[in-house]
Amino acid sequence: MSLIGNLYSSSIGRKFIMAITGLVLVGFVFGHLVGNLQIFLPPDHINGYAHFLQGLGPVLWLVRLVLLVCVGLHIWAAIALTAESRAARGAQAYGVKKWLHATWASRAMRWTGVIVFFFILYHLAHFTLGIAGHETFKTQLPEWTMQHDAKELGITLAKQGEVVHDVYSMVFLGFQNPVVSIFYIIATSLLSVHLLHGIESLFQTIGWRNGTWACCLRRAVTGLVILYFLGNLLIPGAILTGLAKPAEGTAAAMLGCTACHAASVPATAVHN
Amino acid sequence: MATLNSNVPPGPLADKWRTYKSNLKLVNPANKRKYEVVIVGAGLAGASAAATLSELGYRVKCIVFHDSPRRAHSIAAQGGINAAKNYQNDGDSVHRLFYDTLKGGDYRARESNVHRLAEVSVNIIDQCVAQGVPFAREYGGLLANRSFGGAQVSRTFYARGQTGQQLLLGAYSALSKQVGAGAVELVTQHEMVDLVVVDGHARGVITRDLVTGKFHRHSGEAVIIATGGYGNVFNLSTYARGSNTTAIWRAYKRGACFANPCYTQIHPTCIPVSGDYQSKLTLMSESLRNDGRIWVPKKNEDCKKAPADIPEEDRDYFLERIYPSFGNLAPRDVSSRAAKRMCDEGRGVGETGLGVYLDFAEAIQRYGKQVAARANLVNPSKEKILELGEAAVKERYGNLFDIYHEITNESAYKQPMRIYPAVHYTMGGLWVDYNLMSNVPGLFVLGEANFSDHGANRLGASALMQGLADGYFVVPYTIGNYLATLKPNSRPSTDAPEFKAAEENAASIVKRLLAAKGKEPVNHYHKKLGKLMWDYCGMSRTKEGLEKAILEIGKLREEFWANVNVPGSGDNMNQALERANRVADFIELGQLMCRDALAREESCGGHFREEHQYPDGECKRDDEKFAHVAAWEFQGEGSVPLRNIEPLNYEFTKMSVRSYK
Amino acid sequence: MVAEKPSTKNISVTIRVWRQPSAAQPGRFVDYPARDLNPNMSLLEMLDVVNDQLERIGEDPIAFAHDCREGICGTCSLVIDGKPHGPHHGVASCQTYMRSFEDGSVITIEPFRARPFPVIKDLITDRSAFDKIQQAGGFISIRTGSACDANATPIPKETADLAMDAAQCIGCGACVAACKNASAMLFVSAKVSQLGLLPQGQPERDSRVLNMVAKMDELGFGNCTNQYECSAACPKLISHDFIARMNRDYIAASFRAAFKPKPAAGSGGGA
Ligand SMILES: Cc1cc2nc3c(=O)[nH]c(=O)nc-3n(C[C@H](O)[C@H](O)[C@H](O)COP(=O)(O)OP(=O)(O)OC[C@H]3O[C@@H](n4cnc5c(N)ncnc54)[C@H](O)[C@@H]3O)c2cc1C
Ligand code: HEM
Ligand code: HEM
Ligand code: SF4
Ligand code: F3S
Ligand code: FES
Repeated sequence: MSLIGNLYSSSIGRKFIMAITGLVLVGFVFGHLVGNLQIFLPPDHINGYAHFLQGLGPVLWLVRLVLLVCVGLHIWAAIALTAESRAARGAQAYGVKKWLHATWASRAMRWTGVIVFFFILYHLAHFTLGIAGHETFKTQLPEWTMQHDAKELGITLAKQGEVVHDVYSMVFLGFQNPVVSIFYIIATSLLSVHLLHGIESLFQTIGWRNGTWACCLRRAVTGLVILYFLGNLLIPGAILTGLAKPAEGTAAAMLGCTACHAASVPATAVHN
Repeated sequence: MATLNSNVPPGPLADKWRTYKSNLKLVNPANKRKYEVVIVGAGLAGASAAATLSELGYRVKCIVFHDSPRRAHSIAAQGGINAAKNYQNDGDSVHRLFYDTLKGGDYRARESNVHRLAEVSVNIIDQCVAQGVPFAREYGGLLANRSFGGAQVSRTFYARGQTGQQLLLGAYSALSKQVGAGAVELVTQHEMVDLVVVDGHARGVITRDLVTGKFHRHSGEAVIIATGGYGNVFNLSTYARGSNTTAIWRAYKRGACFANPCYTQIHPTCIPVSGDYQSKLTLMSESLRNDGRIWVPKKNEDCKKAPADIPEEDRDYFLERIYPSFGNLAPRDVSSRAAKRMCDEGRGVGETGLGVYLDFAEAIQRYGKQVAARANLVNPSKEKILELGEAAVKERYGNLFDIYHEITNESAYKQPMRIYPAVHYTMGGLWVDYNLMSNVPGLFVLGEANFSDHGANRLGASALMQGLADGYFVVPYTIGNYLATLKPNSRPSTDAPEFKAAEENAASIVKRLLAAKGKEPVNHYHKKLGKLMWDYCGMSRTKEGLEKAILEIGKLREEFWANVNVPGSGDNMNQALERANRVADFIELGQLMCRDALAREESCGGHFREEHQYPDGECKRDDEKFAHVAAWEFQGEGSVPLRNIEPLNYEFTKMSVRSYK
Repeated sequence: MVAEKPSTKNISVTIRVWRQPSAAQPGRFVDYPARDLNPNMSLLEMLDVVNDQLERIGEDPIAFAHDCREGICGTCSLVIDGKPHGPHHGVASCQTYMRSFEDGSVITIEPFRARPFPVIKDLITDRSAFDKIQQAGGFISIRTGSACDANATPIPKETADLAMDAAQCIGCGACVAACKNASAMLFVSAKVSQLGLLPQGQPERDSRVLNMVAKMDELGFGNCTNQYECSAACPKLISHDFIARMNRDYIAASFRAAFKPKPAAGSGGGA
């Protein structure tokens, strides 16, 4: 059988596809988190960063395409493998069944995966397309004028005085809505659970795990996922609880002061 | 009266096989696929034969009662396999292996066969290593060896405590390759229930499908039986529960002679019996005797004391005392009887008094000190030595210690094992000539199912050797010699009347078993038979006992047929019926074993007649009258079978009194 | 591996056994009392005793697979109280002793359940799928008699030992029974690794893993999601490290198969 054939139709091949696509997605979500944590820096940072990404044009679309393909393959493989495994188990269930070793994270992969999928849909609608929470969407907010040059790794992301979308305020305003925040927190916790098994599992799938260093691997993955989880918790958490206040002069600071204290008022209240 | 021509080729012992091989008739390669060989059994012997014959180009059908060939009883062999490789440079040679095996068998095996066995032993190891059998190795990457009973060289190859498993999986993989290639037809969960003889030649078998209950006919130019040993006649033994005599017993009833049925091996190191519910006994590999020391208390009153409370000077290391040159590695029959004598003297240990100690305390100390010295530990504490020693012993025998622990709930690191002899191997079996063909032409018998190479006692690690020798390196040549005399595609149709008659015979047995509808379960009779056999035809035998047993077994047989209760029907899976079908044959075989033991008025190897012993309790052979193979011939139901004789003419070796002192 | 405080007194239990006359007929649990059992009795011996009683009254005995009764043949295959091969770690069903159970307990005994292992009767399943996988490549193609001297190729002790770790698999199928996906990866990886580790196994290394995995998939086993239930239930404690090794082998073999230069036409007939 050809290489594509092996990868496409064998159990190990499909698992390999899951692992590789999973790895790409892991790379993305970690990078994304690091980018997102700029929310706690002055608005120039995240706004400049977003502006830069938007400006990439075809490159951005290429990256999006890769991500889309990865998500697609990942889900396809997950569904195909799960369906086969269900069938393999047979109709008759055990009268009594004990779990011996499998972690709860590993057992919940299918559920955490599905919920993460719906989260991604919502999240795109929220921050990328502006379908959900339309009022606080970046295009609806006053634009932001860069106060300083934004530089990262020697690359200039945006110059002082440039006028860009106010992603900073969008995020702040979005997360000032407790329903949204809590949904993000739940979703990213589930994603963390998915990764807790997923990252370790991908080493096993690719064949880079063995008993000699399995323990280190597990610790490293657990540590990494905890960091990831905390990072993700921090953004909506800090904004919702008011620990992080929007910087002076941003749309969020101007519009949100009422909203952030009257927690039950939906984000629409700030629209005007 | 059967003609028993051993067909041993002429010439000097060391050249016989080589010369003979090059003069055997051959089957033209293009014709080979026109010959079908029906092989019953896929243990070491059957699987290796099936793989090799099909590689040669013959059509092969391989039938087993197991659900997979990998489950054959060979899988349970623990200790190792002998081969005259002399990798240890300790003076081993083909001749020495030959001599040890012959002597170990108490000069009751055929010289020529044993020599051939020793010759091909070296090829077996090469073959198995090439198949990927992961034998134990030394740090340099070369194969490791250990010592086994009855030898003063280290020639035993092993794979942890699972040598039989690894060798069987090797043979099974070779067989699987051929099955996968479509060259072998594998028939599982079928039990051979009759042999089909057409015009005096074996031409097929009848099997019963254990899942559907249906009978099937299989026809071939030749039949090979490799169905293993019949030690389960004793009910309690180290055999797998499914090991049976049915294939060879029914072949016997079709005219194949049964040779030396009374030669059974009682293995000295097994876990003692603990209750009457017990279904099998577990072997503690002979390899343990490399390091374990066997003892009993000197004083009867110490027997119930904890072993640790018995001081060194009150312990009797009886094997070391009686057999100083072989010590704890004296052969099995000798060691077993010595243990029995100790227990008969009232010095046995454990609840039943039927047990002796196998003690590792000394080995733990010795290894502990060695390891400590190697690790340059200065003045290691007692505890440290103990810890290191236990670890070293664990590395060597850990799995056996675990098994012991599971069964007895005792740790053999902390207190000595209790062991007692148990039935372990049957040297007897269907009579075969030098070609491994029985007196029924076309019927070949391999492995433990034949009687050929071990005489009256088998040495440790030589059954695996024999099974593989027969299957890989002997029968593939010798069967050609027979097949070349037949026309291609000359096997009969399965519609032939002989097939019909054989099937009806097998079916009638099943019908009778189901119809009995008596009061007792099959196991009841198996247990009763086992007790009779152990008491009267076990480790020691007497004329009176055997005569009594023959009568009792006769009665048991009648009672069985009248009063057994086999529930269910014959047209689906019915395990009670399977057992009943086997026990029916065991009962008849048991009687034959007693007859054989009674007729052999001497002691040799595993056959110990109390009337024939030296003052120190050793076997007293009678070479004058009994230097022969006794091959029993069936004379019809209800008639006393006929005892034929094949004299053992030793041309090259002098029969001497076997001594391990 | 033995219960902490083994009972020394005789015990009585109830066994709840899956009875199913044949593959085609439905099954159900049936309770049987088993009284006054010596704690040193094995679980299978307990079933023998129950069966003797059933046979005595002409009832169909409970069918269960067994042979060696010492943990090596891989025939026994019971799921005992929800765990394949019973409560202990690293032992087969036949090595489970009554001392592991409390007096008065109910012991649920059922067959291995997986679609590729259909029930034949009661507690017996058909595991011939394993043989088929083996036939697809679980061997080194060496004709009898063509081997070179056994010591011609030294093999490092560690390698030989690791191969032996894998080789210990008894083919019982508990890994499949324990896996929620009914995946046969542990079994297949053990065989692939044993032969793949040894120098003798190199020539067929790629084709072996490709063919065995293809057969495994074809037979309807499920897909591994790295749950490690299999190795925890395995009576020989075969490590799931071998699964990782097989994954790597499989992927590497797939790539090699795609990019390796192929020899021109077969070897031809010759003279
Ligand atoms: C616990 C134990 C440990 C041992 N250790 C060693 C050791 O360390 N070294 C050593 O050399 N020897 C050892 N032996 C002896 C050795 O294992 C056997 O003698 C040898 O393996 C027998 O091989 P075989 O091929 O003749 O028969 P088996 O392996 O018994 O195979 C019999 C085959 O025949 C089939 N069969 C049987 N009856 C029928 C029937 N009626 N119809 C259809 N098929 C049938 C079975 O399915 C099976 O495939 C040991 C034996 C035991 C019991
Ligand atoms: C979009 C919906 C998703 C679904 C339905 C899904 C589902 C699954 C499933 C069923 C598995 C297999 C479980 C296993 O092998 O143990 C899996 C594995 C994995 N997933 Fe996801 N997942 C999704 C999204 C993601 C995302 C967004 C990421 C990364 C950020 C991710 C990373 C991984 C990784 C790394 C693995 C391990 C692959 C392996 O076992 O080799 N998944 N996923
Ligand atoms: C607290 C957590 C998160 C925050 C604050 C956040 C923030 C954002 C923002 C602001 C954007 C829009 C950028 C822009 O287009 O201007 C975005 C896009 C996106 N986010 Fe997130 N995100 C979070 C978590 C996640 C998670 C967990 C995932 C994936 C599982 C994710 C996946 C994406 C994707 C796929 C995009 C679209 C990128 C594109 O434009 O192609 N985000 N996120
Ligand atoms: S890997 Fe373990 S559980 Fe699976 S078949 Fe082999 S021995 Fe049984
Ligand atoms: S339990 Fe199943 S999921 Fe994989 S690691 Fe074992 S095969
Ligand atoms: S019966 Fe052989 S492994 Fe349990």
